[in-house]
Amino acid sequence: MKAFLTVIGTDKVGIIAAVSTLLAANGVNIEDISQTIMQGTFTMVMAVDLSGAKTDFSALKSALNACADELGVEISLRHSDIFNAMHKI
Amino acid sequence: MKMLNRSEILETIKMISQHHLDIRTVTMGLNLVDCITDSASRTSDKVYDKICSNAEKLVPVAEEIASMYGIPIVNKRVSVTPVSIVGAASGGFLEIAQAMDRAARDIGIDFIGGYTALVQKGASAREKEFMDTIPEALASTDKVCSSLNVASTRAGINMDAVRRAGRLIKEAAYLTRDRDGIAAAKFVAFANAVEDNPFMAGAFHGAGEADKVINVGVSGPGVVKTALETIPDGDLSEVGETIKRTAFKITRVGQLVAKKAAEMLGASFGIVDLSLAPTPAVGDSVAAILEEIGLEQVGAHGTTAALMMLNDAVKKGGIMASQHVGGLSGAFIPVSEDAGMIAAAALGSLSVEKLEAMTAVCSVGLDMIAVPGDTPEEIISAVIADEAAIGVANNKTTAVRLIPVYGKGVGDVAEFGGLLGSAPIMRLNTLSPLRMISRGGRVAAPVHANKN
Repeated sequence: MKAFLTVIGTDKVGIIAAVSTLLAANGVNIEDISQTIMQGTFTMVMAVDLSGAKTDFSALKSALNACADELGVEISLRHSDIFNAMHKI
Repeated sequence: MKMLNRSEILETIKMISQHHLDIRTVTMGLNLVDCITDSASRTSDKVYDKICSNAEKLVPVAEEIASMYGIPIVNKRVSVTPVSIVGAASGGFLEIAQAMDRAARDIGIDFIGGYTALVQKGASAREKEFMDTIPEALASTDKVCSSLNVASTRAGINMDAVRRAGRLIKEAAYLTRDRDGIAAAKFVAFANAVEDNPFMAGAFHGAGEADKVINVGVSGPGVVKTALETIPDGDLSEVGETIKRTAFKITRVGQLVAKKAAEMLGASFGIVDLSLAPTPAVGDSVAAILEEIGLEQVGAHGTTAALMMLNDAVKKGGIMASQHVGGLSGAFIPVSEDAGMIAAAALGSLSVEKLEAMTAVCSVGLDMIAVPGDTPEEIISAVIADEAAIGVANNKTTAVRLIPVYGKGVGDVAEFGGLLGSAPIMRLNTLSPLRMISRGGRVAAPVHANKN
């Protein structure tokens, strides 16, 4: 299963490190990363592959939420189909 | 995997997290014809069992899909074969209503629709018996919704049914007068009712439908308004084009969810209902779209034109986005469920007469309008007749959901709670239509009904 993970919030040291460590620990492969600061807000979009994930989708989401709380950012994880449906004909 | 454009990814996320994009309802339509027996208690048992066994996974599946795609699914509902048919051999309609309510509670859904009769041309003795039970069925249950189809373009208007509908709305409101007449909010009188509508109170599972069907209603007025904010000086061609593009995106999500839900629940995919359904939340208002188009407030002259354009553009964008479009499909204008409509009604900017004109160009009708509790039943019937006339003459669905609020008058506010919101009591013209309504009989089908 392919998914997109987004991180939005105030920039600080270690956001990418924390998120990618968590993903690696859960067997999630990062396929692409795009990161920028938009109007002072840290914005990152990651394309990830969950086919080798060691935890199920909802458990992974909970782990990411906990990580988001620690970092003070918002993290979302969504199946890629919703983006494809909306933006590709 | 090809990386989508970052701004596309962020647009989707913003639509959901900031502009209230959601799936308004995933509704499972169930055929209950095989539950018919000659005993009310056996029919009720079979109805309960069929609903529970087929729809028990509806809520968990909807929750799983919501988590997977990160999009809220606000309501999970079931619609069933019109109960006037299911109970035709047994009678005991109230017992069936109780079984539906119990099943709805036990599987955790929000509403169950189909306490319905289709009487656009005439009613059998059983259907008359059924209609008399509607007020009590609504007052004694929490989740059961009811509808009557009183007119169609092919059949004309059944004025006996219209008269009866006015009376039963008053009765339903009276029976729940301690809760601002909430039972009347669960009843709708239709012209040209559709068989695959996923929205309440009017959802029922038509006789022409498959055994088990998933119909999805999308939403997203906030997303449309936000898109229009980017072109404050655009001409109306650009406005229409922007609405179309936005409706396309919204509907694609609906299509995705509908297909997935049907697959996971072992049901047929029915339709996506292209609706702009507001909620009382700020930023989730159809009225706000009309105001963004350029009206000082909804109700101003120009409202009908703006709404016609909005409704048409939503359909044009949505039709390409979904394999099957159906249901009511159009912008909804329920007064109590839309912060902008509530504000305009409270200020007197929006009248019932203007709302009636608006219903000629959008989905669906005079919806969630609180009226004085002392409104005579024949006036409510006459409102239904007017609305049915618009539907019949224009070959479209129209509906009336009026709530007479006992003990309250114009200027007071009715509180229904939750998604049903609150509503200022609106003024109705008090001139008497009694003699016309008392005549009964039928309004003949219009000339353009004769198409064969």
